[in-house]
Amino acid sequence: MADALYRLTLHAAAQGLRNGQFSSVELTQSLLDRIESVDGRVGAYLTVTADLALEQAADADARRASGQDGPLLGLPIALKDVLSTAGVQTTCASRILEGFIPPYDATAVTRLKNAGAVTLGKTNMDEFAMGSSNEHSGYKPVRNPWNLDKVPGGSSGGSAAAVAADECLAALGSDTGGSVRQPAALCGCVGLKPTYGRISRFGLIAFASSLDQIGVLTKDVTDAALLLGALAGHDPRDSTSAEEPVPDYAGELNGDIGGLRIGVAPEYFGEGLDPQVGASVRAAINDLLGLGATEREISLPHTEYALPTYYVIAPSEASANLARYNGVKYGLSDPQATDVDEMMARIRGRGFGSEVKRRIMIGTFALSSGYYDAYYVRAQKVRTLIKSDFETAFQDVDVIAAPVVPSPAFDLGAKLDDPVAMYQSDIMTLPASLAGLPCMSIPCGFVDGLPVGLQLIAPPFAESRLLQAARAYERARGDLDAPLKAIDA
Amino acid sequence: MSIDRSQVDHAAELARLELSDDERERLRGELGQILQAFEALNTLDTEHIPPTAQVIPLGNVERDDTVADSLPLDAVLENAPRVEDGQIRVPPVLDES
Repeated sequence: MADALYRLTLHAAAQGLRNGQFSSVELTQSLLDRIESVDGRVGAYLTVTADLALEQAADADARRASGQDGPLLGLPIALKDVLSTAGVQTTCASRILEGFIPPYDATAVTRLKNAGAVTLGKTNMDEFAMGSSNEHSGYKPVRNPWNLDKVPGGSSGGSAAAVAADECLAALGSDTGGSVRQPAALCGCVGLKPTYGRISRFGLIAFASSLDQIGVLTKDVTDAALLLGALAGHDPRDSTSAEEPVPDYAGELNGDIGGLRIGVAPEYFGEGLDPQVGASVRAAINDLLGLGATEREISLPHTEYALPTYYVIAPSEASANLARYNGVKYGLSDPQATDVDEMMARIRGRGFGSEVKRRIMIGTFALSSGYYDAYYVRAQKVRTLIKSDFETAFQDVDVIAAPVVPSPAFDLGAKLDDPVAMYQSDIMTLPASLAGLPCMSIPCGFVDGLPVGLQLIAPPFAESRLLQAARAYERARGDLDAPLKAIDA
Repeated sequence: MSIDRSQVDHAAELARLELSDDERERLRGELGQILQAFEALNTLDTEHIPPTAQVIPLGNVERDDTVADSLPLDAVLENAPRVEDGQIRVPPVLDES
């Protein structure tokens, strides 16, 4: 058993720790060895904090020896590099933040640490979480553990690949327009983005503030419930975090889904969807019906407008949020500069990568005098229509089922020179993000040897129902007939 | 929608973003292409639709004005490239003339 500790789920590892089958130090060492042996090929991590992890593991073992327990005590977890970590370099995969060592932890990180989790390091991502392939990292691309010629998705590509390659038991990510669900689908892991406001964003480096939300990437649905339970809840340091009570997600997980009304919208199954992906998602919906759920056709007529709406709103907010990277308080510097404007422009020109520059330019243009109403305000109005589509649908259904991504993982480089084609990859994840809804990706099959995900979307703060449906499906599905991952071959 | 070079230059100046000639030329094409994709939004009648700035029913959040612990100054200035007397130093902002 000792040689495969790194393959365990959070809940199985927790059981092993509780039964005294192995220690957190042994478990953590097993993961550090795994990272050492495979990450050169995957590129999932930007920083591995081995010493810190072993220290935290020893501390967790001591706590357990003294009679303490907790849902995450001694369990090794990876953190997307968009989360501030005290004393550990945090770059958002951008050269402009190279060398930045935050003086404080994000609240999500504090909560993990308080629950006794071991933090393995910081995962690679698209720079400032802008991208759908992880090729826009300022440091190195991430490769898909199933097929190393394919992208892992983005922007939480490092977190998804680290989970899929067994380089952590679970990881935190962030989702602005699909950045947890899309890489989870392409890497064959579970991805959960809770309701906007469910998890504190204090210490989450901001991309688009009306959309950003922390999410989790795990090996199964039970783990997603465990992790969400540790992270959710109000934080006085994030005034947009919700005051809603936090249910016992893990305790409620195995609820009966008989009578659950599942909405299926034709807008998600039309042109552009790979027919094999569509068939796989359809089979997953049939599995849910086999459990006593019922299906209703719903209409989400403004789905096609989500893409332009998102690509006006997110870059506009990003252009404002990223104004702070100017060489004054942290990051790249220019000691020779004699003029402050020139200094800022030069540092930003040097420190930002091509996708970040593109989005800053789109956002600056959309917010500039004479264009603000035509682009930004209009997009906000269409956002209202997209949100109302869901509100209407949820009068008749409990959850919505859809694909996550129109096709399986694509080749590295395939969409790098065509931003609009790259943006299309987010077309099925954007609407729920714009509406702030909780949503998940659950592995449901394989097409051409690559994973496919089922997307489930629920009304605001109905994470418990979402997780129950996902868990019921996972049980009905059983183990998928998966090919051997390239990283294990 | 086509974008001309002066529009690219103007946005780059507003964004304090130094760009090479090649980057400006490439962005001119890409921005045109992306703005073209935004045109779809104009096909909807949104005249009487209120804009959504954020999705949760949340008004202004207030708190008591009480002093709480904050980070020590040294820790906050640790990452600044140039520090002098507990302050961050930058090149001159105003011309002396």
